[in-house]
Amino acid sequence: MFVAIRDLRHAKGRFALMGAVVTLITMLVVLLSGLTAGLARGNTSAITDLPADHLVFSAPAEGQKLAFTESSITPSVQQEWASVDGVVSADPVRIAMTRASGSGSGSGSGSGRSAAVAVFAVPAGSALAPRVGTDRVVLSSKAAASLEVAAGDQIELTGQLVTVEAVSGDDEFSHAPVIWAATENAPSSGLTPGNATVIALTTTGGADLAAADQALGTRTLTVAESLSGIGSYTSENGSLQLMRVLLFAISALVIGAFFTVWTVQRSGEIAILKAVGASTGYLLKDALGQALALLAIGTALGTAAASAIGAAIRAFAGTAVPFVLALPTLLFPSAVMILLGLVGAAVSLRTVTSVDPLTALGSAR
Amino acid sequence: MTLHIDDVTLTYPDGEQRLTALDHVSLTAEPGTLTAIVGPSGSGKSSLLAVAATLITPDSGRVLLNGRDLAQLSRTETAKARREGIGIVFQTSNLLASLTALDQLLVIAHIAGRDIDAARIQAMDLLGAVGLVPQADKRPSQLSGGQRQRVTIARGLMNQPSLLLVDEPTSALDRHRGEAVLDLLRELTTDRNLTTVMVTHDHEHLATADAVIELTDGRIATLADGDAVEPGVVAIASTR
Repeated sequence: MFVAIRDLRHAKGRFALMGAVVTLITMLVVLLSGLTAGLARGNTSAITDLPADHLVFSAPAEGQKLAFTESSITPSVQQEWASVDGVVSADPVRIAMTRASGSGSGSGSGSGRSAAVAVFAVPAGSALAPRVGTDRVVLSSKAAASLEVAAGDQIELTGQLVTVEAVSGDDEFSHAPVIWAATENAPSSGLTPGNATVIALTTTGGADLAAADQALGTRTLTVAESLSGIGSYTSENGSLQLMRVLLFAISALVIGAFFTVWTVQRSGEIAILKAVGASTGYLLKDALGQALALLAIGTALGTAAASAIGAAIRAFAGTAVPFVLALPTLLFPSAVMILLGLVGAAVSLRTVTSVDPLTALGSAR
Repeated sequence: MTLHIDDVTLTYPDGEQRLTALDHVSLTAEPGTLTAIVGPSGSGKSSLLAVAATLITPDSGRVLLNGRDLAQLSRTETAKARREGIGIVFQTSNLLASLTALDQLLVIAHIAGRDIDAARIQAMDLLGAVGLVPQADKRPSQLSGGQRQRVTIARGLMNQPSLLLVDEPTSALDRHRGEAVLDLLRELTTDRNLTTVMVTHDHEHLATADAVIELTDGRIATLADGDAVEPGVVAIASTR
């Protein structure tokens, strides 16, 4: 790094320009990652926060993809799953999209406002939502905010008046705030009465889920795998991930192009260093060290700027903008930026290895 | 250490043919002596320097430095040989733009894996020897042509070489500064018992040398006193 550090100090303008590009791309990638995570959370948090490790779906028809909207599990299958060896708990969940409204009556001060909500209906007393009972619902904070109701208020759900037992959590499903309700209060949403959308399983390691699927005509996935069954999540996440991948690719190409031009420009100096005895390993370490220093500084600045913007978004926009500011959304894209930047810079290393020290003696040929 | 170039032939590809740069050249240079190689452009003098510097491997012949044949070494070994025992003084422009005069010397120590703080003392001594202590923190663009050339000489001595190879040291200098650089080379060669081989195009500077070899078309043609020498003959001529 002896020459690399001095190059960085000497050619400040060139490296500042390149560092600014790295900073801006990192900022963009980190912001996009925060937005992607925020949108993903708005699509999936009700599923990912379930106290379960697997979800059971009804097996899709041939040629169809597994989806929450298509799954329907009969009560008998629900009971069969509860008795499978290795299954600790099997809680049916009926999921339906509907509208709810604050009733404007009851003990509280219902507003009369209505909003689209996702109803997660479970049998009264289910471990998934213990405070839910007939005509008693639990609202996520966003649902409560949308309906402008609080605990003790009443809301109208599928034509029935139910009491808000509590406001808890911030679960969302398919970008709709979640209301946990008893099965009797849930909309039918095309499901046969008594049927559930999925069964939330808690299992031990020894459960033979594949065999149970085979026997019961179901399909069991881990909670993470089951997210592919949310149509809006799959398409939205796919587009955002594509944008992220393209940004990563652009950054690798830009950094690769910069270091290639830079290395070609200083090939004369590389020849001198080789002529005075510098090994190829020494020169490669120097070149990669220089790229790493530039990437580390640019990425750190970009991540810091994106963090500040993210914090400002959360402070001023609250939950209106789905943005997640967390270590994984900050550090992972930064690490990928550095890694891909180094891959880009590695393209220039061919020039380092191919420079002939003989060219240092300009008149040799 | 004695440099002994023995019957070296070097050819380059030139289209479909091969151009002979050195044709059975032999010479010996002893410690404490300055050997000048002169000749017209394309005569092979820089090729001879490159062979001695292990920057190029000859087609045949031996390059012995204190009995060790450098022509047989691998690329890694030649880099090590240059790092440890051969100093090279390039033409004026061959300094690293981002490095100060002091750093130009310290980078040699860094490449060799030496302690930089310890090397700093040696580097300042060398800059003192070439009269450049006040310019230690200057970059090449802030130095005159003569000062840059003196930095390259000091850099060539930083690895405490036994063999110093000098390429056209006065090519970018005016007469006065050129003579000063040659005097410095002469003095360092004697004081440090160096085996110095210098390529130059300027016959007026040959009086500085202990021996002069003239190359023509890749062959040793004449000695300084004008005696014809057959190709392949060890050529040493004293001008003192």
